[in-house]
Amino acid sequence: MSLASTCPTQILTGIVPGKAAQQRLRWVSAAPMLVLAGCGERQSALHAHGANARRILDLIWSFSAVAVATWLLVMLVLAAALLRRRLSETTRSPLEIDSHQERRFTRAVGSAIGLTVLVLVMLTIASFFAGKSIASLSGTETLAVRVTGHQWWWEVRYAGNDPSQSIVTANEIHVPVGEPVKVELDSLDVIHSFWVPNLAGKRDLIPGRPSQLTLIADKPGIYRGQCAEFCGYQHAHMAITVIAESREAFDAWRSRQNAVASAPSGEEERRGQQAFLSTGCALCHTIRGTPASGTVGPDLTHLASRHALAADTLAMTPGALAAWIADPQSIKPGAKMPRIALSADDLNAVVTYLGSLE
Amino acid sequence: MSGIAGKPAEHTQEGLKGIRDTGLEEVRLRAFLAHAWRTPKGFYGWLVTVDHKLIGRRYIVTAFLFLILAGLSALAMRFQLAQPEAGYIGPDLYNQLFTMHGTTMMFLFAVPVMEAFAIYLVPLMIGTRNVAFPRLNAFSYWVYLSGGMMIWIAFAFETGADAGWFSYVPLAGPEYGIGKRPDFWAQMVTYTEVSALAVAVEIIATVFKQRAPGMSLDRIPIYVWSVLVTAFVILFAMPAVMVSSTMLILDRLVGTKFFDPAAGGDALLWQHLFWFFGHPEVYIIFIPATGFVSAILPTFVRRPVFGYLGIVLSLIAIGFLSFGLWVHHMFATGLPQLGESFFTASSMMIAIPSGIQIFCWIATIWGGRPIFATPMLFVLGFIFTFVIGGLTGVMVASVPLDLQVHDTYFVVAHFHYVLVGGAVFPLLGAVYYWFPKVTGRMLSERLGRWNFWLVFLGFNLTFFPMHILGLQGMPRRVYTYPPASGWGEMNLFISLSSLVVFAGFALFFLNLLLSIRNGRIAGDNPWGASTLEWATTSPPPSYDFSRLPVVTHREPLWAEPDMLPVVEGLRVDAREVLAGTVADAVPQIRVPSADNSIWPLLSAIAVGGAFLGSIYTPWAVVWGAIPVSIGFICWFWPKGEPEDEE
Repeated sequence: MSLASTCPTQILTGIVPGKAAQQRLRWVSAAPMLVLAGCGERQSALHAHGANARRILDLIWSFSAVAVATWLLVMLVLAAALLRRRLSETTRSPLEIDSHQERRFTRAVGSAIGLTVLVLVMLTIASFFAGKSIASLSGTETLAVRVTGHQWWWEVRYAGNDPSQSIVTANEIHVPVGEPVKVELDSLDVIHSFWVPNLAGKRDLIPGRPSQLTLIADKPGIYRGQCAEFCGYQHAHMAITVIAESREAFDAWRSRQNAVASAPSGEEERRGQQAFLSTGCALCHTIRGTPASGTVGPDLTHLASRHALAADTLAMTPGALAAWIADPQSIKPGAKMPRIALSADDLNAVVTYLGSLE
Repeated sequence: MSGIAGKPAEHTQEGLKGIRDTGLEEVRLRAFLAHAWRTPKGFYGWLVTVDHKLIGRRYIVTAFLFLILAGLSALAMRFQLAQPEAGYIGPDLYNQLFTMHGTTMMFLFAVPVMEAFAIYLVPLMIGTRNVAFPRLNAFSYWVYLSGGMMIWIAFAFETGADAGWFSYVPLAGPEYGIGKRPDFWAQMVTYTEVSALAVAVEIIATVFKQRAPGMSLDRIPIYVWSVLVTAFVILFAMPAVMVSSTMLILDRLVGTKFFDPAAGGDALLWQHLFWFFGHPEVYIIFIPATGFVSAILPTFVRRPVFGYLGIVLSLIAIGFLSFGLWVHHMFATGLPQLGESFFTASSMMIAIPSGIQIFCWIATIWGGRPIFATPMLFVLGFIFTFVIGGLTGVMVASVPLDLQVHDTYFVVAHFHYVLVGGAVFPLLGAVYYWFPKVTGRMLSERLGRWNFWLVFLGFNLTFFPMHILGLQGMPRRVYTYPPASGWGEMNLFISLSSLVVFAGFALFFLNLLLSIRNGRIAGDNPWGASTLEWATTSPPPSYDFSRLPVVTHREPLWAEPDMLPVVEGLRVDAREVLAGTVADAVPQIRVPSADNSIWPLLSAIAVGGAFLGSIYTPWAVVWGAIPVSIGFICWFWPKGEPEDEE
């Protein structure tokens, strides 16, 4: 089984072992259909799919163009200066200073400085207006998502009109396409940074200093983000996905997420739930509708509806889930989830049970 | 007072005390001076010396050893990153490696090596016999050495710092810092800052007071200007990081809550304090490097630098502006719009003085006749590379743009272009340029060319693709990345290219080792350069100059190629230097210069013990103060020799 095969196409082709899991092939069924961006473009500032990122991409291109032009100009003049004349082998004595030439140099250097100042002023103004246009997005949001950074996963909360409407999930944000979304950021441990480059620039999550960011996704799709502030052992495996979908699909997703977990059906799932509740999993994880109400790790109420595991480290397949539960430390060394000794049958049962939590 | 083979009273003519150089023939003069300025033979002499050349040399060697350690860490990281999800190096070791790489490069290599060159060169370039506080100089080296050894020994015992070279809290704080790792980091920082501050003070005093008569401010070599400006930047920047590293260790050791938001502290405070030092730090490294360029370039185009005044004012401007940019490391923490605009503008503004220097150098080349020796190749490689780093610097100065590239490989590429292209290339050029002065032998030009091209091409092949990788979304400080990211091929290319850089540096060290024994004999002034250090022998004698020169021109050796005017009337039977006015270097007084002493070393050991102990218990500060006080009291104990009262 391969690690981190998070490209959607690979999710479809992922190995799906386990007899009980065969019934659950519908895991992550909706997600791949939405994918527009190719592999390798799902986490790139060069493929902007939102107003915020597009504004910055324009800025990147204009700054790059100015930089390339400036560099070429400097190199051309340098090359000309070098090739103008070579020292004849005999004369190594210092050259006489030609005061006429020095005056020309003063004028040339003076104009070069003038040009530099002009270009810098223009770039500063361009930067200012880009910043202003990005700032103007805030205040227009139709939806708020609260994202809390943890070592090394993201807790995602949608507040409802009343507490029963609010939902909790992890490592995955669903947003309606074309609508500005306010992402409220906070951290409870160390500093993280929320960064989904296709949609927006990054913003740090600093403990004790809540902040926010406005996202718009123009097109339906799955966009990958990753923690951008070094946060310890598993900084490299702290990713998040933003799933942009139509308003109807988003509302449907939201109402599904609002439900409590489906009750286990069948012997295998019941055994899995039993094992989950009795072996300590419930100390850290919540499954709404069961006694499991730990808050240390991600909420698992609708785990199987998510399309990746362990902060987008593994694809959501039964095999990956089994591997993760069996030995999280070999996949994310240093992660807070300990290895729990489960018999092979219990492990399969837990995987089957969790796989039923759509 | 020492009386050697002569009669001490012989030259006390006209009521003067001691033996003077006036009228003394050259052989006897040199014998007297060699005796007065000698370093004892053997290991003990090595421990007690206060000769700026010996200390500068060992500083340089030590700094290059740390460069090797930090370079090997980088190579290990490139090995791990060559493939996605490679399993050679786990996160625990990887985090230590990149932290040790950055910490060592910044604190133990780049800053000390620049200071080391200043310690060696400044007295020679301004025509004096030692730095202003020779024992402080010796002390600073021992403190630096012990700080560097401490953090690397800790690394060898799996206690290597692992929270990044900027050790952000809370990750490095009491709750999340692992074991004693951040404590070793914090104390190493405090150590090296003590030594940096000591050197800064010496440099300022030496340059202000000990210049050869006639070396008015407008005749100071640009390199000396650059280290003077740097010394002032150190003086004002380093205290910020000393305060913050001390606050960090207090949080960890005695439970203060400076950075704990839950107790009313602030995690962001660390970043402000650290970057208030951290940004000037970049210029502490870069400003002396531009000084190297301004020293090397004229020699190899056979004319003085164009725009002396413009360059000196640019250096001073960079020194000031470097304190106004620190927030551009913190754009992603969120700022009000006005703050953003201010720091964007100030960050862009520093491109102006840097640009002035580049334009002046190009004009210098235009007006001269280039000789493509190895030091010159490094200077040209510097311009090529540094301009790229400067321009990407303008990009990251823009707040919105920075929010995409901050903490990605784009920034890794940017600061390596600035620090390697902008500082290490001139430094390597400086080694090729001054090696003949320091050792008396030339480095091999043939190996030098290979060295240059391998490092130059390898560097650009390694670091240029990182710009693209960053824009494609690869964050920095990750020990691995998923195969689906599409970053694998470029990372493999980068890792292979890094081997080319490695080969280039291997040739560099090989060249040093071969040439130090077998290199061509250099002579006093092999490059036909213009500044005073080339007026004495290679290597220079312990007393630097048998007679102190008098300066009548900005390029003294070009203006008076045959014979420099010299000072008369200095004592030759005791260590003595000449102090003059700050602006015009008019001689004012003869000042005794400190003799060899073991106390700087013993004091440094006492200070080191206190620092090391304080990692484990706050009481180390109390008990450690006793040996430290003893060390300092003995160091400064009056010698019972009356001061010269003339």
